[in-house]
Amino acid sequence: MASKDVDTITGIETTGHEWDGIKELNTPLPRWWLYVFYATIVWSIAYSIAFPTWPWLSGYTKGVLGYSAREEFSERMTALDASRAAWKDQIAAASLQEINDNPDLLEIANAGGHVVFVNNCAPCHGTGAVGRPGGYPALVDDDWLWGGTLDDIYTTIKHGIRNTQDDDARLSQMPAFGADDILTAKEIDAVADHVLFLSGQRPDNAEGAQIFADNCAGCHGEYGHGDQAVGAPNLTDQIWLYGGTKQAIVNQITKPRQGVMPSWHNRLSDEEIKEAAVYVHSLGGGQ
Amino acid sequence: MSVAIAANDPLRVPIAYDEEVVKKFTIAAMFWGLVGFLMGVFIAWQLAFPILNLDLEWTTFGRLRPVHTSAVIFAFGGNALFATSLYVVQRTCRATLFGGRAMGEFLFWGYQLFIVLAASGYVLGITQSKEYAEPEWYVDLWLAVVWVAYLIAFAGTIARRREPHIYVANWFYLAFILTIAMLHIGNNVALPVSFFGTKSYIVWSGVQDAMTQWWYGHNAVGFFLTAGFLGIMYYFIPKQAERPVYSYRLSIVHFWSLIFLYIWAGPHHLHYTALPDWAQTLGMIFSIMLWMPSWGGMINGIMTLSGAWDKLRTDPILRFLVVSVAFYGMSTFEGPMMAIKAVNSLSHYTDWTIGHVHSGALGWVAFVSFGAMYYLVPRLWKRERLYSLRLVTYHFWIATIGIVLYITAMWISGIMQGLMWRAYDQLGFLQYSFIETVEAMHPYYVIRATGGTLFLLGGLIMAYNLWKTVKGEIRDEQAFERPIPVAVRAAE
Repeated sequence: MASKDVDTITGIETTGHEWDGIKELNTPLPRWWLYVFYATIVWSIAYSIAFPTWPWLSGYTKGVLGYSAREEFSERMTALDASRAAWKDQIAAASLQEINDNPDLLEIANAGGHVVFVNNCAPCHGTGAVGRPGGYPALVDDDWLWGGTLDDIYTTIKHGIRNTQDDDARLSQMPAFGADDILTAKEIDAVADHVLFLSGQRPDNAEGAQIFADNCAGCHGEYGHGDQAVGAPNLTDQIWLYGGTKQAIVNQITKPRQGVMPSWHNRLSDEEIKEAAVYVHSLGGGQ
Repeated sequence: MSVAIAANDPLRVPIAYDEEVVKKFTIAAMFWGLVGFLMGVFIAWQLAFPILNLDLEWTTFGRLRPVHTSAVIFAFGGNALFATSLYVVQRTCRATLFGGRAMGEFLFWGYQLFIVLAASGYVLGITQSKEYAEPEWYVDLWLAVVWVAYLIAFAGTIARRREPHIYVANWFYLAFILTIAMLHIGNNVALPVSFFGTKSYIVWSGVQDAMTQWWYGHNAVGFFLTAGFLGIMYYFIPKQAERPVYSYRLSIVHFWSLIFLYIWAGPHHLHYTALPDWAQTLGMIFSIMLWMPSWGGMINGIMTLSGAWDKLRTDPILRFLVVSVAFYGMSTFEGPMMAIKAVNSLSHYTDWTIGHVHSGALGWVAFVSFGAMYYLVPRLWKRERLYSLRLVTYHFWIATIGIVLYITAMWISGIMQGLMWRAYDQLGFLQYSFIETVEAMHPYYVIRATGGTLFLLGGLIMAYNLWKTVKGEIRDEQAFERPIPVAVRAAE
């Protein structure tokens, strides 16, 4: 451009062009900007010498530090396995009772069992093992459906309950007294009142007591204390799987819901199942 | 008559620019913006309260998430880029749109068809499962046609310019259009299973597919959401500030360095994966080198206000534009930092990434578009000014608070999530389960969704304001920000 165009406010020359009223100042590159840019380039070159970076047709520069992500990974996994190996073997060799009686092994089993529990069991039983409404029992109390000894818990975890994958799964079935017309609605109403009587919430009624004795006592026991051999819940403790209102009990007698638990021995190692059993046993209600 | 003579022609005959197409794209940007923000807000609340998935396949997070991302990137951002680029290229070249009115109509309706085809497919479960490239082959083919037409229209307009030089905004727009064409085609090479079916398979497989996908994905950020929107910045900031661009040299150096470096940075999305070490290193060092080229744009945007800083107090539109550049600077520092492998080993797969993306998407992309649209609407519809500047101020503060809530919540939850995932106890057991990390993030999901809701509210205020402006109404009001009278200023 023949004449110099200077911006009056900053005193800096423009480039002399104008587009739709926009001009551009001829400000030099900010020094700090340029030097930081150079610094990142220098750093990048140095890094590319140190680490695997530049490919060619059949390979790549390995870098002077000899770094490899795969090697780093397998080294770390090996180290982790090594740090676990000592107690892993001990857990594998010991019986559940021996683990429970040895404070050192118990600490390890509880820590490992917690990990197994939160990653596998928590979706149904909750991270704190307090259960969930709708048939997922709390595991922190001493109200056990299928038994609360170490061996009981171990077996339940190993084979599960009412699943179709494991022939050794715990199995039982409550009849659908209403849906299959075993009892009339009036009879179900009466027996539901008796169930509430068992936990001291209603006066007893003779009709309900008779129906209970004829139909329910076989599994739940004469006084409603349940039977862990068949997973029949205790009805006297005001702890309910599917709700403790009269209506919920009527619904359960009419067309029972019954919980299913997967079998875990195909997904967890035997040590992990042992750890989980000891952990659950330790939560407060172990027998 | 040569081009040079035309440029020096003192008469400078007014030119009848094609503005119908710009109007249409502006309306579409506002409309799809609201759709995209609404989708984002909805899926953010879904994450906090999963019951909002409604137990219907069409409304699950998995299907609505791509509706959100595509709506905000391609529908809102894309229409804003079409509107501004076609406005800017005509004026800075002093040439009418190549292809004229018919080209404008084709671009507009062709692009809207692409959006509708893509979004309806997502809801129905038709997807090729590549992030930001979910549309199936028939939609991809259609977009390729529209995009090539866009390239022809844009480059054709530049070719018949009456200015001797090409303005910097047009470099950025052209780089964006050209590179997106290449990325879109390269990443979507697919073989349809049948002529009349929607399903196809990408020809790349395994780690090559992952690398191609993130070469595309990262440059969708680099060229769609960065280069294109820098084009917006380079026109609308100097216009709104009524100041010359800070540094021509900086614009050249940062343009070429940005364009050259960005294209290599994609592998940083695949750190610590099956991608070979050397490719990971390259992705990382090119990301680091990208820091200053990105900041060149920020410097040029902010420093253009030299001598006009006081306008920030009085002009909420300029405030949108300048704050957008500040967010751009912040995101382009955070990006290279997160590309460092040591940082990435903590941040990857966590909500930190989501926070990072949104500081760029909400703070930079959306804010610079809002500023440009507030500038454009009164001029396109030949109105004296916007319906209400007070509403612009409300929009600015509500949206800014929304962004701050959003990104701080995601920083905290993301870093917490990363630390929880990697925590071991003294016996070598993982300390937390996945479900515990999800439970820990719940409050931050609520804060994030609240921030998003505020951002959507700002968008609704904007739509109302623009609609009133188009109708020709002017609100009887005193702007919040009054210029300080000269006498008072002198006394201070």
